[in-house]
Amino acid sequence: MLSWTRAATYRAPASVANAIEKGRRFASHRVLLMLVVGLSFSTRLYKITEPPHVCWDETHFGKMGSYYINRTFFFDVHPPLGKMLIGLAGYITGYDGTFPFIKPGDKYEHHNYWGMRGFCAVLGSFLPIFAYLIVLELSQSHTAALITASLLIFDTGCISISQYILLDPILMFFIMAAVLSMVKFNQQRHRPFTAPWWLWLVLIGVNLAGALGVKFVGLFVIVLVGLNTVWDLWRLLGDLSLSLVDIAKHFLARVVGLILLPLFIYVTIFAIHFVVLNKSGPGDGFFSSAFQSRLIGNNLHNASMPEYLAYGSTITVKNLRIAGGYLHSHWHLYPEGVGARQQQVTAYLHKDYNNLWLVHRQDNNTSQSGTPDLVRHGDIIRLEHKETTRNLHSHLHEAPLTKKHFQVTGYGTNGTGDTNDLWQVEVCGGRKGDLVKVLRSKVRFLHRATGCVLYSSGKTLPKWGWEQVEVTCSPYLKETPSSQWNIEDHINPRLPNISLSVLKPHFLEILLESHIIMIRGNSGLKPKDNEMNSKPWHWPINYQGLRFSGVNETEYRVYLLGNPVIWWMNLATLGLYLIMVAVASVALQRGFSLGPKRMEHACVLMRGGGLLLLGWLLHYVPFYTMGRVLYYHHYFPAMLFNTMLTGITLDILLKSADLLLRPPYSDWLQRVGQMAFLFTVLYSFYLFHPLSYGMTGPLAHEPGSAMAGLKWMDSWEF
Amino acid sequence: MAGDVETRGCVSGIRVAESRISRLEMLQRPLVVTAQVDLVLVLVSVLALWTRLSHLSYPNAVVFDEVYYGQFVSLYMKRVFFIDDSGPPLGHMILALGAYLGGFDGNFVWNRIGAEYPSSVSVWSLRLLPALCGALCVPLVYLLTLELRFSHLSALGAALLLLLENSLIVQSRFMLLESVLIFFVLLAFFSYLRFHNTPDSSWFRYSWLLLCGASCAAAVGVKYMGVFSYLLLLGVASLHTWNLIGDQTVSVCVQCVCRFVCLLVVPVLLYVFWFYIHLSLLNRSGPHDQLMSSAFQASLQGGLSRITQGQPLEVAYGSQVTLRSSASQPIPCWLHSHKANYPIRYENGRGSSHQQQVTCYPFKDVNNWWIVKDPGSQELVVGSPPRPVRHGDVIQLVHGMTSRFLNSHDVAAPMSPHAQEVSGYINFNVSMAAQNLWRVDISNREAESEVWKTILSEVRLVHVNTSAVLKLSGVSLPDWGFRQLEVVAEKLFKGHSSSLGWTVEEHRYGISQEQKEREAELHSPTHIDVDRKISFWAKFLELQWKMLTVKQEDSEHKYSSSPLEWITMETNIAYWLHSSTNAQIHLIGNPVSWGVANLSLLAYQLLAAVYLLRRRRGFKDLPDGVWCQFVRLGCVCVGGWVVNFVPFLLMEKTLFLYHYLPALCYLYLLSPALLEHAHTHLLSNVTHRRALCVCVAAMLSSVFLSYRTFCPLTYGSPELSANQLQGLRWRDTWDILYRRR
Repeated sequence: MLSWTRAATYRAPASVANAIEKGRRFASHRVLLMLVVGLSFSTRLYKITEPPHVCWDETHFGKMGSYYINRTFFFDVHPPLGKMLIGLAGYITGYDGTFPFIKPGDKYEHHNYWGMRGFCAVLGSFLPIFAYLIVLELSQSHTAALITASLLIFDTGCISISQYILLDPILMFFIMAAVLSMVKFNQQRHRPFTAPWWLWLVLIGVNLAGALGVKFVGLFVIVLVGLNTVWDLWRLLGDLSLSLVDIAKHFLARVVGLILLPLFIYVTIFAIHFVVLNKSGPGDGFFSSAFQSRLIGNNLHNASMPEYLAYGSTITVKNLRIAGGYLHSHWHLYPEGVGARQQQVTAYLHKDYNNLWLVHRQDNNTSQSGTPDLVRHGDIIRLEHKETTRNLHSHLHEAPLTKKHFQVTGYGTNGTGDTNDLWQVEVCGGRKGDLVKVLRSKVRFLHRATGCVLYSSGKTLPKWGWEQVEVTCSPYLKETPSSQWNIEDHINPRLPNISLSVLKPHFLEILLESHIIMIRGNSGLKPKDNEMNSKPWHWPINYQGLRFSGVNETEYRVYLLGNPVIWWMNLATLGLYLIMVAVASVALQRGFSLGPKRMEHACVLMRGGGLLLLGWLLHYVPFYTMGRVLYYHHYFPAMLFNTMLTGITLDILLKSADLLLRPPYSDWLQRVGQMAFLFTVLYSFYLFHPLSYGMTGPLAHEPGSAMAGLKWMDSWEF
Repeated sequence: MAGDVETRGCVSGIRVAESRISRLEMLQRPLVVTAQVDLVLVLVSVLALWTRLSHLSYPNAVVFDEVYYGQFVSLYMKRVFFIDDSGPPLGHMILALGAYLGGFDGNFVWNRIGAEYPSSVSVWSLRLLPALCGALCVPLVYLLTLELRFSHLSALGAALLLLLENSLIVQSRFMLLESVLIFFVLLAFFSYLRFHNTPDSSWFRYSWLLLCGASCAAAVGVKYMGVFSYLLLLGVASLHTWNLIGDQTVSVCVQCVCRFVCLLVVPVLLYVFWFYIHLSLLNRSGPHDQLMSSAFQASLQGGLSRITQGQPLEVAYGSQVTLRSSASQPIPCWLHSHKANYPIRYENGRGSSHQQQVTCYPFKDVNNWWIVKDPGSQELVVGSPPRPVRHGDVIQLVHGMTSRFLNSHDVAAPMSPHAQEVSGYINFNVSMAAQNLWRVDISNREAESEVWKTILSEVRLVHVNTSAVLKLSGVSLPDWGFRQLEVVAEKLFKGHSSSLGWTVEEHRYGISQEQKEREAELHSPTHIDVDRKISFWAKFLELQWKMLTVKQEDSEHKYSSSPLEWITMETNIAYWLHSSTNAQIHLIGNPVSWGVANLSLLAYQLLAAVYLLRRRRGFKDLPDGVWCQFVRLGCVCVGGWVVNFVPFLLMEKTLFLYHYLPALCYLYLLSPALLEHAHTHLLSNVTHRRALCVCVAAMLSSVFLSYRTFCPLTYGSPELSANQLQGLRWRDTWDILYRRR
């Protein structure tokens, strides 16, 4: 607001009458803005504590907020900023991090959850305000801005998604803030390198970092800003009054503000994340041994264990691929048709007693007294699975997924198997006779009989393999992380333990590792067979919502679904926009003389509308190419852009009423149109508000329901 | 061959005007034919025909993907229906045309690469059409370069690069589709540019535009990949149209409509027309019938139509029916029951109802028969007149052979515990009540009281007690269920899913009151004779949809490669190896031309970037006309390379080196044109120009030399020794085969 006032005073004209006019407009602007702010906050904060139980994904993000308060390490596919803010909000408002967030529907009881919800709702309340300011800036029309704001304020979907502990309101806050700063920055183009110019530039950078720090969807707004910047630089390059030095300055300023600064903030977010979460927790197993040694409470933290691998030890073996998993076996056989019907051997990301293996000599003399012998490079060993007493085994059957590799199984009973159970230990870069250092040595296991090497392919097994990762024996002996393993836990009571303060990884290594794991995790979220899949084309037509809370008649139900009137109006206006732009640009290309008013309208449609259309496309189209599981709420950022476009388009459509009628009547038509619009939005909100603020009683298809007659599509589930 | 009228100094020496007659003489003579023949064009055409067509029937054995396309050619000859997800039917039909002209009768088993053709198969005619297309690409490139407004020398250069490209020769000489695709794409661009360059006045030029639309349709009809080039061409055309709209001196409406019709309407209609021919050729049932809907199958001769011909149309109370699941995933199957119960306890300890199993069975079987029964009466025969079942009616389904009622209840299904079990119920067990009422819900109904029709209606069976819907879960049961597919009733009724739909396939009116008679009746085949047709459009849409959605198992192939490897020609493909000697054919490009192509791509981008930045700063290095020519070259050639290459980076299917060939052709168009540009506009110094000419000459001769070097691998003869083969292995990653002797 501050800079707007400044801009307004800058433009203060000489004539007094003009000044009064400006002042009046400014006052009315402030009144309208206060109205938007008031309505926005009141709709979002109303019934914020209802329902008093865990709704939908609160079970994840609330839990992760708690982890920050407890400083417990966890793993999530999204970057940490959103959850950190949730945790911070909870911490400030007195939530102590003790609520377990086990499943949706759990009652909060005495736990202080309103702070976290309130924080999300406050950020969500900024969306209509930002949209109002963006549209005002792009179209210079209060009507357009008000249309946009009213659409967003009274959209049940936007209300519902803002009212719970979710990442989406935070993400959308940063996206909209970035777009607003960008638009304001564009407005400052005639006064480069002044204080407001720098301020908006820096704000773009900060918000971009924030958006990317919450979810990777933030990349789309980065692309939007990037394209805008490229266009802007192109324009500057064509301005022959600027010297090349000036252009270089412009270029460098943008590099600093839009690349270096966001990068720095983004990295800082991760630094804080790693510093805060210093206790061992449920996410440990996803990370490498080196990473885990940082975590208090992890068995590798200040670990002490026998330094060299010995016969008779119990060990866990971890693959060196990033997110490679532990060598694992369990009481389940490979199904028929998948190699030999022997016990499965997989790689598993979580710590589990089924990851434990015993190291034996090839001949079966185990129990010796005294200090056990150490394993050396080139030794032949046998690995026995501790829980099932089967040996690690391989043979000339093809592996389940990687058909060119051999299958690895668990074979034999009580450690008695055959010659296919023998593996040769090889320390990478070692020579014959070298000892195997726990944690530090990279080890390869060569199968004696077939000459292949133990390998983790990284492919997820189907349901019969519990969606764990495939382990194979690869005939290609190239040294890759997939075929290298390290010994992580090492238990041998007959050997002295030595403290291992090794392996402190570098910060950049941690950063890279956690990103690779996040990206893997994201693409690993495949749709399940039994679940109904949301498809991107469902979203703009509001085909199906999401159940936030409650299923049947007795429960308190909240259903995330956009106000259908608003959403369908958005969709229709999108088509209308395309037609209007087509007509306008053909008219311009054909050289028809349009009046100054029409020229201005065409300019707003093409410049402002084009920017918003680009934003919508960038936030929507990429979902068509994504293989991961998709949900309805992924459309909301795109919906914001669509709504802003609706504001601009409808406003210009109504203002073009004079194409149909002569002046006094056309003004009336315009007013009538605006009133009808407002009435439609308000009435539809009145009809559908129970979707957000909670419904009880019979479902909509039964008589006597509060929502009777409103189930306009069969696919809606309320 | 009528050549271009314009003459340029540099090529006049080799161009001959056959007769140059003065105007005065012309008046005196009544009839005169003036023809100009571009001998260069004739020469490259002859050379192209020679390189592509000589010894076409060698090797007399199945080479690489001929094994794949061959089976479809055989099916065309036998007029048996098939479905192939690799591309639209035009390409297959062109191959089949060649076979038809050669008198191939379809009696050859295409089962392995390297199998010898019998003498009855005319190999020459099988391979003729692709080879012709491949050969015609060379003169087309020549003409296309001229239409891009470059000189005859550039055109000759482009034609030579294409002529001496080993990979294109290999790909043209066998029964494969890439050369056909490239031919149509080049033809489309050539005819469009010819249209664009012809002066406005003549209406004749619209025939070029029509040709362009037709070749676009053909390109897309040969392979889906043609779509990329088609879109590029549309982009270029719409840009030109946009400029035309800006030209206020002409009226544009008619022109715009003409372009719209020729470039959008005609291609779409032609594309559908390919399918029309395809479907009217293939009218017999065959191996892929099962993937199609019952209605589609019934329209084919033999197969299902033999069974369903003459069935009563309307399902009535007392009808005997088989119910086919609408889902063809994982395999098509029929609702089935048999004399075996669900086990009392499953492996994981959960209990079942221990009633008779109801499954979905992928084979025709007498146990697939069900009888539609009116809950209000005991009759199992059709009354007279028959009482049809309508949408919304409540029925019971009685299993024909065991008299169990189709039943569902609140017991978890065996493999999908979130859904209800479906069982065959008979009233022996007093502990569980019967819940065997089902409501018929016709999902493709047109009226509310529509009658349930054989084959045409897709119904959902909604369980009355629980409002769950009968559904094929697609999971196969363990040994106790004989590995048949599980059928469940699922309560969460969400949207549309084909696994919820069921279609009556075989149908007759039951007449036997007694169980014994009825069993005999069920064993007897169905009868009578009436023809039932679905429209062409319905068949087209269904076939097209199935072709786009049917996914074959993604198999890793020994010679598959990733797109980034194509640019550097990291891999080759072994097409054929002689059964006893070292003679072999490989898809290997000409490495020198490949390098030239990559260099010119890079050079164009650099040059374009420099020009653009400098123009933006007000330095006009090129006059406007030249700049336009340069941009047009980039749009067509670099754009063509981009649209034919980048999409592969995003694809997940198995890819081969030959997918790169269309993109490569665009680069061969680019290289000589770029050299000409450099010669005329970048180099001002005479010595520099001479140096460039020398370089070009050296380059061309090395292109020719490397073509000669790889010829044995291109034509499969002469046979080379192991040492010579080793010498041809220019890259370590190439896989060349040696036979140890």
